Amino acid sequence: MFTHNPIAELSAFIPPIAMQWYVVAMVILVVLGTILDMAHKKSAQYFFENAKKAQKSAKRTLSGGEKASLAIQTVAGEVLTSSEFKSTRRRISHLFTMYGLIVFIVATAVLVFAYPTPDKPAPTYWPVLWHLGALALAFGGYWFWFAIRVDVASEGVKWYNFNGRGDIFIVGLISTATFALLWSWTTGAAGWLHMLLFWLFVASSTVLFGSVYWSKFAHMFFKPAAAYQKKCVKADGSRENLPADYDLTDPAVQKRFPDIPEYMGTNPPNMGLGINREPPRHY
Amino acid sequence: MPTFVYMTRCDGCGQCVDICPSDIMHIDKVTRRAYNIEPNMCWECYSCVKACPHQAIDCRGYADFAPLGHSVRVKRDEEKGVIAWRIKFRNGEKDFDLLAPITTKPWGTCIPQLAEVPAPSQEQRNSELLYNEPKYLRLDDGDLHTLKSAGLKLKEGVYY
Repeated sequence: MFTHNPIAELSAFIPPIAMQWYVVAMVILVVLGTILDMAHKKSAQYFFENAKKAQKSAKRTLSGGEKASLAIQTVAGEVLTSSEFKSTRRRISHLFTMYGLIVFIVATAVLVFAYPTPDKPAPTYWPVLWHLGALALAFGGYWFWFAIRVDVASEGVKWYNFNGRGDIFIVGLISTATFALLWSWTTGAAGWLHMLLFWLFVASSTVLFGSVYWSKFAHMFFKPAAAYQKKCVKADGSRENLPADYDLTDPAVQKRFPDIPEYMGTNPPNMGLGINREPPRHY
Repeated sequence: MPTFVYMTRCDGCGQCVDICPSDIMHIDKVTRRAYNIEPNMCWECYSCVKACPHQAIDCRGYADFAPLGHSVRVKRDEEKGVIAWRIKFRNGEKDFDLLAPITTKPWGTCIPQLAEVPAPSQEQRNSELLYNEPKYLRLDDGDLHTLKSAGLKLKEGVYY
């Protein structure tokens, strides 16, 4: 179920070179779509202008080492563990989808380029990773689609309502994973069904990678940049004009804001989750 | 002036949609980020600004001084139980910081029970004062009342 290499079996119908060119074409589509998206939204321009604005009100200049440390923190936090999400459900679902997609893409590329024919069998772990990646992607994707999608949670949009551009990315993800798994698992079943699922898989992945310009695929490139920028403005003191994170036990803070020790004591306790104790669903 | 959202900070969590008393904070269907659908109807209550866990919402200043570089930003920290404001003057340089304990009351406890109080007299109706002023402001009773003068203490859990 997990150990056979569906791509090697496909080589009986489609030459490996065609599969390899398809993967290259998808990479080109992602790069082109991302560049066009950045040019259209002017996101790079926005970041540079924002960084310049922040520099003006910076209280100190960050050294190269500090910037590198912030970049590492961004990679370790926001990029690798999706720490930006305040909602644990969204974070877990995002991690499943993200790692599922990465594992699935890497395993596909390895199987297509290194083990495209049955003559050269792939080590068992590559097909296993291919299937597990698709499963994780499907799990995270369907969870998001049915329960977590903000339109569903906050706007009362039903799960069966498809909203063109907003949903094209997630629908592309879950249909790619679903058809890939079904295609793989129908090996040996009726030939027409197996091939139909294969072409649906190809169509889904073409939509997923070809719609980068219109979908939110490119968020994986600008979200880390935004997270890094957020850390920089905090470290250089400009803070985008936000108030400081006061330490309530600091005597200097208590002297400056005497209400704090007067009403909360000199060592204020944790005051609880406040509005965060319930999910935002009071409609 | 109305609220707006810094798209790069927003993660579309829906806290602002939940709290907006005018129901004008919504999630954009394409970008899945929050936005103010009807800026004219926003009365700058700052509820969404304070509720946003990412400080992604800001209020546009009035047109006469906004271009000069003012800023009024707030950070409400539930767990510390404090609310901090940073006000930048319109010269864009002078900073003013405020920090105070959060004194929010539990949901629904501040609805005036009008049926239980006598109707206002004609004199009160003709007065410029609003309902229960000055009683609720207590300006007629010494001075503005504080938690201390009212004999109240902040309790754990923000609410008291």
